[in-house]
Amino acid sequence: MSRFAPDDLDELRDAVGEALAVEEPLEVVAGGSKRGFGRPLQLPRLLDLSRLAGIRDYQPSELVLTAGAATPIEEIDAALAEAGQMLAFEPPDLGALFGLPEAVAGQRTLGGALACNLSGPRRIKAGAARDHFLGFRGVSGRGEIFKAGGKVVKNVTGYDLCKLMAGSFGTLAALEEVTVKVLPRPEALSTVMLWGLDPLPAVRALSRALASPHEISGAVYIPAPSTTGLMSLPGSTAVAALRLEGPDPSVTFRRERLLAELGSDCEATSLDDESSIPFWQAVRDVLPLAGSGDRAIWRVSVAPSRGGELGEAIARRLDTSWYLDWAGGLVWAAIAGAEDGGAAVIRDAIRGADGRGTGHATLIKGSPELRRAVPVFEPQLPALAALVRRIKESFDPCRILNPGRMVDGF
Amino acid sequence: MPTPDATVLERRADIVEALRRIVPGEGVIVSHAERRAYESDGLTAYRQLPLVVVLPSNVEQVAAVLRYCKEFGVKVVPRGAGTSLSGGALPLADGVLLGMAKFNRILEIDYENRCAVVQPGVTNLAITKAVEHAGFYYAPDPSSQIACTIGGNVAENSGGVHCLKYGLTTNNILGIEMVLINGEIIRLGGKHLDAENYDVLGIMTGSEGLLGVVTEVTVRILPKPTAARALLVGFPTTEDAANCVAAVIAAGIIPAGMEMMDRPAIHAAEAFVQVGYPLDVEALLIVEVDGAPVEADHLIGKIEAIARNHNATTIRPSRDEPERLAFWSGRKAAFPAVGRISPDYYCMDGTIPRARLAEVLTRMRTLSEQNRLAVANVFHAGDGNLHPLILYDANNPGEVERAEAFGADILKLCVEVGGVLTGEHGVGVEKRDLMGTMFDECDLAHQERLKCAFDPDGLLNPGKVFPQLHRCAELGRLHVHAGRLPFPDLPRF
Repeated sequence: MSRFAPDDLDELRDAVGEALAVEEPLEVVAGGSKRGFGRPLQLPRLLDLSRLAGIRDYQPSELVLTAGAATPIEEIDAALAEAGQMLAFEPPDLGALFGLPEAVAGQRTLGGALACNLSGPRRIKAGAARDHFLGFRGVSGRGEIFKAGGKVVKNVTGYDLCKLMAGSFGTLAALEEVTVKVLPRPEALSTVMLWGLDPLPAVRALSRALASPHEISGAVYIPAPSTTGLMSLPGSTAVAALRLEGPDPSVTFRRERLLAELGSDCEATSLDDESSIPFWQAVRDVLPLAGSGDRAIWRVSVAPSRGGELGEAIARRLDTSWYLDWAGGLVWAAIAGAEDGGAAVIRDAIRGADGRGTGHATLIKGSPELRRAVPVFEPQLPALAALVRRIKESFDPCRILNPGRMVDGF
Repeated sequence: MPTPDATVLERRADIVEALRRIVPGEGVIVSHAERRAYESDGLTAYRQLPLVVVLPSNVEQVAAVLRYCKEFGVKVVPRGAGTSLSGGALPLADGVLLGMAKFNRILEIDYENRCAVVQPGVTNLAITKAVEHAGFYYAPDPSSQIACTIGGNVAENSGGVHCLKYGLTTNNILGIEMVLINGEIIRLGGKHLDAENYDVLGIMTGSEGLLGVVTEVTVRILPKPTAARALLVGFPTTEDAANCVAAVIAAGIIPAGMEMMDRPAIHAAEAFVQVGYPLDVEALLIVEVDGAPVEADHLIGKIEAIARNHNATTIRPSRDEPERLAFWSGRKAAFPAVGRISPDYYCMDGTIPRARLAEVLTRMRTLSEQNRLAVANVFHAGDGNLHPLILYDANNPGEVERAEAFGADILKLCVEVGGVLTGEHGVGVEKRDLMGTMFDECDLAHQERLKCAFDPDGLLNPGKVFPQLHRCAELGRLHVHAGRLPFPDLPRF
């Protein structure tokens, strides 16, 4: 495999242009921390974007940051922290889940988080990576430099191509520079913990909290066996946790209200600022399932009210460890022993008994054989699948960028 | 607009008959008088009678209309309530106007999943009205929310006063059902979050009716904050006001709304609604915070202190709900207030980096003198979205043209200082020819090819957004061929 590591935008264009000319597809990589995510690729060329790094413009009072696409998240987090700000979508560090060495995990980049549209527990309040992606510059599969979006927080000029790039796994364009919206870091945080609830009552409690005006910024449910993966927990009791963030007096007020409103049916405690940070980081980084060995790891997005029953339904049929994020709307499941990694059971469960349930399951981690054998991303109905294929062709007609990463054949 | 296709105009009777077969009864509007109701949208400077108006009442009819139009090469302009300020729903002489007004039902409210499933012709405010008894609301609040429809909001990615904290339409919808020009019905999203593959929902939002017709929308609804308080702050200079806005954000506060008005806008608004705006200031800020009562009070206190440090001459926190609403009434009436002091006004919509505000306002004053037209500014200060209102009189020869030229100069200025052409009103017809100031040909070609993936014959809302119409075949040509580009200098490892 030949490796190309462009130093700037023009070299990036040349690298894609040459690949086009000789018809040799490129695997697009920045830090390489998520190479195991998506269908496995064996392509003749590696396009290494890691030199396209560094913060290029950051104006805290404009709430906007522009950086080379391969800028490490760690570098961005440090710069933002200095100004009391953050990436509100909480890009997860999947290094522990993938069992990566520290050095590789530390290389996760801003462009990578955007290209995979990865977001943490704050997704329910602050939005996904795609909601913070304001603009970019890059090279499409046509070997042409193009840009879209802008460098201001509010913009509707032209199609919102940032949304399309977010979650396209490098199959449409190689990003060179990205602009994201940043937000103030909350002054205080606290976590309300509800102990010992079964999945269905737990999801109802999360739902009640989300329907309250208390501005919940994280809502997770971890059944008993999975809590052992979280260092700050005693380990044998199920817990539903709700995060509150904001000015100090407000957090205190809302915590007391939540404890009063939800604490009558179960034991309720709270975590202070200091213990809350590692707890939510662990949830963000999928640590409850990190010690799952070679289990297949799935990420299932469904209507929040269905999360509890879905987790239970899967666990009844397969050897499963699971937990819920996004107030029940995100089921993380680690499955052992199923030949298809659990794909059929999970995807049937999403459709539900009446076949009308909506949602999607993504295989986040699995052996290369498994990721080749089952669709990593949820299969789509024919009309939508055909549209998605036409979109791919409009940016990358010769299938030169990450072909086969998302869907077999393109 | 593109030159009308004479063969389509000649076939008008056939087209009407075909549409009547698809949408029986009163759903096809043919008479000159009735078509007049559709000849323009909120941008009234542009008018055009549509070839024919069709008002389908279900998704199958929409699909059949689009299939027919695709088969016979007839252009289609989708329309919600027609409140676009950029001419997004401007009809075509040779095009079918597809009105979605009959899709006016709220289909489902799901409090457990905090969402509502509605038809696209439901108004923005009607969603909030339907859920407010349970303590919920729909967050995006464009000023036209009493009239504008959620389908139009999806097409334009509408914002509003509260979008700094709560986001635009794109951040507040979960799913849509839509019809492609070939009649295929597609569902994107649902009650769950994020896309399973490419974010087609994200692309549809803000696509200005060029990619498909939305027939159902699932929106997120949010619990209403328990308290909201507003602060009225007057400054001796716009620089002080701009610095105060930056300092509020730098202090880690994202207000629910942060609006600025300049002297002409303040005077027009005060004359119109008499709410006690200070008249001896150059800039007025209305800052609103919401949340738990203790949070609102805490933040108002912090913002007051910041304002004092930035030379504020008037600081008035709202004491009760009527006073908070009074503070807003002047701002919300700013457009009609300006309409009272000038026979006509032209509303612009650029976004700039806030740090450049004072400079932009100074240069705007120079442009105002050069063009001999007054301008009043209202400004979503929190997110940098400017709404300059250019005052003119259409009865004076040449003023319309001067107003348009002035508007174009303002938008070019926004782009020059690092901003964009439109923050929330859309490109439409209005800013179409300015797209080249922000995007080069290659940028635009990538967008146009995306349109080709949805609408290969360019039948949906042509003449909007893109300055030139290209054929998809021409756009698709690759200019890189084997052997022609050797790249001898490429670093290899």
